Amino acid sequence: MIPPAAVTAPEAGLPLVPLVDLQLVRRHLLAGFLWLLASMFAGLLVSLQFLGRYPIDFVEIFSPGRVRMVHTNLVAFGFLLNCLAGMAYWVVPRLTGLPLQWPRFAHCNFWLMQLMGTALVVMLLGGHAQAVEWGETPVALDPLVALVAVGFFINIGACMLKIGRRPVYVTLWYFSAATIWTALTYLMGNYLPQFFVAGAAGGAIAGLYIHDLVGLFVTPLGWGAMYYFVPLLLNRPIYSHALSLIGFWGLAFFYPLQGVHHFLWSPIPMYAQYGAVVSTIAIEIVVATVIVNFFLTLRGQTDQLRTNLPLRWFYTGMVLYFVTCLQCSIQVLLSVQKIIHFTDWVVGHAHLVMFGVFGFWLFGVIIHLWPRLTGKPWWSHQLNVWHYWLSTAGLLVMFLDLLVAGVMQGFEWRNMAPFESSIIASVPFWAVRTVAGLVIAAGQICLAWNIWKSRGALARAPMVPFVEPAGAGAKPA
Amino acid sequence: MERVRAILLIAGVFFFALSFLLMGVLPVVTLADVPTLTLAEVAPRVQESFLDLAERWPTAFTKSFGEPTLDAYHAALRRGREIYIGEGCWHCHSQYVRPVSNEGLRYGAVSVAEEYQNEMQRPVLFGTRRVGPDLTREGGKRSNDWHAAHFFDPKSVVPTSVMPRYPWLFEPVVGNVLPTPPNRDGLALIAYVQWLGTWPRPEVEAAAKEAP
Repeated sequence: MIPPAAVTAPEAGLPLVPLVDLQLVRRHLLAGFLWLLASMFAGLLVSLQFLGRYPIDFVEIFSPGRVRMVHTNLVAFGFLLNCLAGMAYWVVPRLTGLPLQWPRFAHCNFWLMQLMGTALVVMLLGGHAQAVEWGETPVALDPLVALVAVGFFINIGACMLKIGRRPVYVTLWYFSAATIWTALTYLMGNYLPQFFVAGAAGGAIAGLYIHDLVGLFVTPLGWGAMYYFVPLLLNRPIYSHALSLIGFWGLAFFYPLQGVHHFLWSPIPMYAQYGAVVSTIAIEIVVATVIVNFFLTLRGQTDQLRTNLPLRWFYTGMVLYFVTCLQCSIQVLLSVQKIIHFTDWVVGHAHLVMFGVFGFWLFGVIIHLWPRLTGKPWWSHQLNVWHYWLSTAGLLVMFLDLLVAGVMQGFEWRNMAPFESSIIASVPFWAVRTVAGLVIAAGQICLAWNIWKSRGALARAPMVPFVEPAGAGAKPA
Repeated sequence: MERVRAILLIAGVFFFALSFLLMGVLPVVTLADVPTLTLAEVAPRVQESFLDLAERWPTAFTKSFGEPTLDAYHAALRRGREIYIGEGCWHCHSQYVRPVSNEGLRYGAVSVAEEYQNEMQRPVLFGTRRVGPDLTREGGKRSNDWHAAHFFDPKSVVPTSVMPRYPWLFEPVVGNVLPTPPNRDGLALIAYVQWLGTWPRPEVEAAAKEAP
């Protein structure tokens, strides 16, 4: 699968330069996965509070409210940031034909990123949060978060800018747009509501931030990965270039307009709320074109979903992406909002999109790349299959459970039942949620164990050509 | 449309700026005629509940805030808001009452934009989830005693509660004497929660005046 030109010789006479810095990619993917484990542990811990079983609630620094922020922030700035960076450091040099321009800078940025993650955990547990949802990183830490994110984008951006005026492949459309979007989103969301804009207008900006962090940082990098890896795994081009164009420009136009839909029926001016609702429904149409494009790319090859595990991750994530967006276009309606806002419905939605879509895609990336990064085959294909089924089953149970819980809570509240009544009725759902979380965690332990057993002389001999393991059944002949 | 620089400019900068203009700047402009108030304007006088804190736990109060003056009150509200944010209270308690789903009946008057244009809502504490009830109109609904007991151990007053307990908001236990009085942070948080919804509402008063 690895093309023979894993190294590039730009001009005759120059020494061969490795195209992809395998160590850097490996480090980012591994660090991201470890942050994911930490985040999941935090999430599981918090879920116990809902059952009255939180084991250490008398310890100030492990108060459930603080651990919850660790859970959500580590997903964004630990897991996703690291794994997406690792993925992009593999993809961008291969698409541009240029190695990272400043490998030392990229490695420094890696360590800074881990320092940021650690500081994030310490400061949130210390009780120094900032009141920006999904940007609870303390105000003092915000510049460092922005710095490492921008550092990552400078690294891939330098390669992308260097190729000049040539048209580039779809993946790089998404990546290059994300470079600008992420920085702007982060600065807008963390500084304007904190220092300049109070009240409802600040709420509108905070809403933009929550949504743009998903839509303009994680989503474009995720779709970029889809457009790169899926044709590669299927060994055929994307079905329609026109649909790719519609998908990208539709996303670029409609996605940033949606943020206010996080605060519907709020004191934010109503035209902004209506605008957010309309653009949220509009993007569902755009998403449908992208999904159609990918399914048509798969046509005649669906059997591969059975045999090719990374491909199965990508398509599972994509189907869940469609479910997410469909759900979005329904739940955003003002009449539906009356019931489901403020309930567990939204929590289920968030888990579906963050874990079920982007988590799954990144698992596809990890399963596909790890042997190529280490030069060693997976220790056990079976463990990876268990990882897939446990993650998928756990997530679906959690999603459906929270969905039903949310509807129930919404109606209890509207029907003027005492608040306690909705809590009592929610406890069984929360118990199922914890069990589903345990199943998901068991899946991640399978992958962690497999990574551990597949290890070898990691730092040495990074250029060993990859040999498809016998019996892995990952590729058709 | 497929070149990096074009994408950077059109999608990256222009579309983002457009969304920021429509969804961020325009609401700011709409609300521009609502003055952004300072804490002194939304908490113009020391509340009964704050004086009550000073009487109830005089030693702890004096050690934390001295006399219950207006300055001390403002310091307590600011600190209370910091605790409210740092402990993640706002992740389980919203601060806006919607005009739908009988929320006006359950929680009190529906929220209006004017109430949020002040420094205590920078960043705004709308919240997105209600594991516990909305707190927009919480001030004055319950006694200081209730809040102290509730923060120390929520289950002691609401048996079905899933709220965490916050023993570190209280003086350390010496011997077997329980409950201990709230410490500085505990007093501040109670003051903050008792302040919620008690701010002056000129728009409501004006409407009341207009009514026959």
